[in-house]
Amino acid sequence: MVDTVVLDHATKAFALRETHTLKRRMVAMARGQQVTRRFLAVNDVSFSIEEGDAVALMGLNGSGKSTLLKLISGVLRPDGGSVLTRGRIAGLIEVTAGFHTQLTGRENIYLNAAILGMSEPEINRKFDSLVDFSGIEEFLDQPVGNYSSGMFARLGFAIAVTADSDVFIIDEVLAVGDPPFKKKCMKRIREIRDEGRTIVFVSHNTTQVKRICTRAVVLEKGCLTYHGDVDGAIKHLEYDQNDDDADGEGGEL
Amino acid sequence: MTSTLPHSAGVSADVRLGPLRPPGDTTGLFGVFQRRYLLKLLVRKELRVRYQGSLLGVAWSYVKPLIRFLTYVLVIGYVIGLHKLPGYPLHVFSAMIVVTFFTETLGAGTKSVVKNKSLVRKMNVPREMFPVASLLVTIYHALPQYLILFIGCLIADWRFSATAIAAGLLSFAILVTFSLAVSLAFSALNVWFRDFQNFVETITHLVMWSVPMIYTFQMIASRTHGNWIEQAYLANPIVEAVVLAQRCFWVPTLPPDTPEALLPAHLFERGLITLAVSIALIAVAQRLFTRLEVKFAEHLL
Repeated sequence: MVDTVVLDHATKAFALRETHTLKRRMVAMARGQQVTRRFLAVNDVSFSIEEGDAVALMGLNGSGKSTLLKLISGVLRPDGGSVLTRGRIAGLIEVTAGFHTQLTGRENIYLNAAILGMSEPEINRKFDSLVDFSGIEEFLDQPVGNYSSGMFARLGFAIAVTADSDVFIIDEVLAVGDPPFKKKCMKRIREIRDEGRTIVFVSHNTTQVKRICTRAVVLEKGCLTYHGDVDGAIKHLEYDQNDDDADGEGGEL
Repeated sequence: MTSTLPHSAGVSADVRLGPLRPPGDTTGLFGVFQRRYLLKLLVRKELRVRYQGSLLGVAWSYVKPLIRFLTYVLVIGYVIGLHKLPGYPLHVFSAMIVVTFFTETLGAGTKSVVKNKSLVRKMNVPREMFPVASLLVTIYHALPQYLILFIGCLIADWRFSATAIAAGLLSFAILVTFSLAVSLAFSALNVWFRDFQNFVETITHLVMWSVPMIYTFQMIASRTHGNWIEQAYLANPIVEAVVLAQRCFWVPTLPPDTPEALLPAHLFERGLITLAVSIALIAVAQRLFTRLEVKFAEHLL
């Protein structure tokens, strides 16, 4: 087995800047005021993920999960330690970030698939199944600015699950969409897992996590505090003490 | 691990997935040209979106320069009296294309990274993509202007010569490389300090007056006689691109008995040095960009 994601003492600090213009910065420096504050979002985290592993990344809000995902996706770079990955990384993370409201659904599909690293022939080949997954054929040539928020998200999801990747990242996004669409997404995620692609899954939904993942990593205030099986992580976070599956879609899967 | 992977048998992971490497590693401008398809779509998007919802649409790209051109020729030409210079409209127009190219690339390029912040913050794309796309959009808009200029030249009995063509190509090469270098650096700096957008407006204004467009180079030379002020004036790459463009479009329309020295001496030597400097500046700008880019995502709120 080979590692596809390796974090070695990865640390990410944010400088919370108080000044955003040169003038204010100069003034603050002249007065001897602090220009920045440091905040450790990810603190000395080490773990590795093997190819084909499905790992849950768990923790309360603000524990550093999203920052860690951004380190893995390459949007952020670590300040200390290292983050190494293998192959193409994509996933259900910020699926509509590249959308342009003035462009049509069709144009956005091409643009966003290209942003995810797909080539023109690859997009052409997968176009029909992508549109089919999104369920928005009728509105394909309308500007996406006119879409409802559900349609908008569904199109983003469809593009994301269609792109080939070796590491598939899922960030708490399954909250959008109606139950049938959510079900379709979970099915697709399980297919991705069964294809042997590495999965990193961020979720508070213990039922979903149990169905997808074999291992879990727990972050607390940026530090890794648990690394092991999923049941252990749920106990560690005391998530098992309340009913967190209130919307009930986990049971249908 | 308990599961067996259907597609992993036999082939080494390094071959199948590539080596372990930092996910945010970029190859800078080379990475941009490796992803030409995405670049093409971004340029197309920019072209579609820029004038959407406006009455005249893409015509604005021609109306704005036309109005400026007419102001220069009518006000400066006839009111101040420069129209006596042979081919004055072509003198102005050939310089104006260069100046407009530079200021538009710089204006759009400087804002390009900040404008695409939702992508920069969330997706891993080569960020050099954005200033490069702005440059390509400007080139797309500039080509018809060059065509119009050339038609004007033909009407004014432009004489073909290899020297003229070479001057035109050298002018364009300087323009593209220098504009790319400056907008690459400014797009990154603008993420740190939004002041750069205002700075660019000031530069736009300065560039207009610091090249022989409205006035002639002779007017400078007759006052400086080659002293250090003239040398400093000529060190501006945009001046170099302007005089080479004038050598290409304006000079070949002048009567053959026109005295020499309408343009600076050693035109091509200076031009080639400027081109080399501009290419070196791209390398410097790329280093600066790579250095600042590491923190782009967290600075764009």
